[in-house]
Amino acid sequence: MWNTFHDAVRPLVEAVRDLTPIIVVILFFQEVVLKQPIPNLGELLQGLLFVLAGLALFIRGLEIGLFPLGEAMAHAFAKKGNISWLLLFAFLLGFSTTVAEPALIAVAGKAAEVAAQSGVIEHNRVSMADYAFDLRMTVALSVGTAIVLGVLRIIFGWPLHICIMTGYILVVAITYFAPEEIIGIAYDSGGVTTSTITVPLVTALGIGLATSIRGRNPVLDGFGLIAFASLLPMIFVMLYGIITA
Amino acid sequence: MNVFEMFVDTTFATLHDVLPLAVVLLGFQLLVLRQPIPHLWAVARGFIYVLLGLTLFLVGLQEAIFPLGEVMAKQLTDPHFLYGAAVSVPELIRWQDYAWVYAFAFAIGLATTLAEPALIAVGLKAEQVSGGAISGWGLRIAVSLGVALGVSIGCFRIVTGTDLWLYVIAAYVVVIIQTRFAPRMIIPLAYDSGGVTTSTVTVPLLAALGLGLASTIPGRSPLIDGFGLIAFASVFPIMSVMGYAQISQRIGKSQQTKEADNAL
Repeated sequence: MWNTFHDAVRPLVEAVRDLTPIIVVILFFQEVVLKQPIPNLGELLQGLLFVLAGLALFIRGLEIGLFPLGEAMAHAFAKKGNISWLLLFAFLLGFSTTVAEPALIAVAGKAAEVAAQSGVIEHNRVSMADYAFDLRMTVALSVGTAIVLGVLRIIFGWPLHICIMTGYILVVAITYFAPEEIIGIAYDSGGVTTSTITVPLVTALGIGLATSIRGRNPVLDGFGLIAFASLLPMIFVMLYGIITA
Repeated sequence: MNVFEMFVDTTFATLHDVLPLAVVLLGFQLLVLRQPIPHLWAVARGFIYVLLGLTLFLVGLQEAIFPLGEVMAKQLTDPHFLYGAAVSVPELIRWQDYAWVYAFAFAIGLATTLAEPALIAVGLKAEQVSGGAISGWGLRIAVSLGVALGVSIGCFRIVTGTDLWLYVIAAYVVVIIQTRFAPRMIIPLAYDSGGVTTSTVTVPLLAALGLGLASTIPGRSPLIDGFGLIAFASVFPIMSVMGYAQISQRIGKSQQTKEADNAL
């Protein structure tokens, strides 16, 4: 009984821990540096409560439902030895976790707003929703591809730093051709994609694979999937920008 | 739009967002692995929690985190705050005038990263991997300083309006050189830590801060200058993790040689 209670409350405690440093820093600057009142304080507090409750509920839901299932499946596919199913699973796992990633939903919406204000796309709800959706699909495709590449790397034992450096060179080369207004969004999308849902599931897949393939070291080979998943979105989003320009 | 409408709207949108993941997991489990879903009730409950939680979170983000980032950007770049009410506002802005912006960015980067649960896990793993040569706490401080420095440099870039890619390429060059010299075991962990350190709350706040800065500082465009803070927050930890590992290795080595000297 105590344990269930403890498990249910822990995500809330973690959400508080996530938010507290932000609030402390902002309060400090408001009180000591700016010496100004915060506008719409009531609305802000209400929103912060939503963020807290939402984050706690979301994480709790992942922990009781999707994570155990996803991790068990990642291990099952890693052990099953059928490469084509494994790769398909890897792609779809990367794709679908990215579609559900909260930070990406939020930032894509913001990017659409900015693009509409700057006149890159039309300023109405439909075209803004389309832009945000396209952006998220591009990123999701890229993360799916990244996980497939990462799994192939683990299977064939390619050295990680060579892959990453090739990625860096590609990023730099494509930046040269990309329209100016997409570069910032593209670079940011790398950091946005990998958070709450993607990291635990993808890491489980990587570690599971590296443990079940003989001659692979879970530490050296199991990590690195996230690195692919933060690199490829930059490339894909810039390509998207080049194609749509 | 009132809060209730926002909730209904967001719930439907969220259903679309979570559905693919549910379909992939359930589809593969039932059709490919051909196994029943274990703890079906818990999975269903989890799915509903995820749906409600994501909805609440996104509504709260619109109401609190985005406005907070924008308000901070606006107030910290307000001419009255920068130059005082009596003094006339200079024609040309100088990057030094925005010192408080960099300080705020540094504080936010440091505070949020120190409290980041994912990083605590990475720190523990690093401690295991290195056999105790790298301490979890040392790593957390190194990464947090990296993020803090990265975000302040990112704000400096927005203020000056210099090209984002210049900074990123420079960072890549440093990463490549460090990779050459860093202990081999730490490299995958370091590369991964770049993606891990920015949490679900920090990312939207940084996005709002950057866009707010770019829209209030004269001569900057939100579209071209506003993004990029998250990129800085993801590249810098790679450098600081490898840098910390290099330093700890060097200290470890010099201690070993000292001990060897003493033994003789």
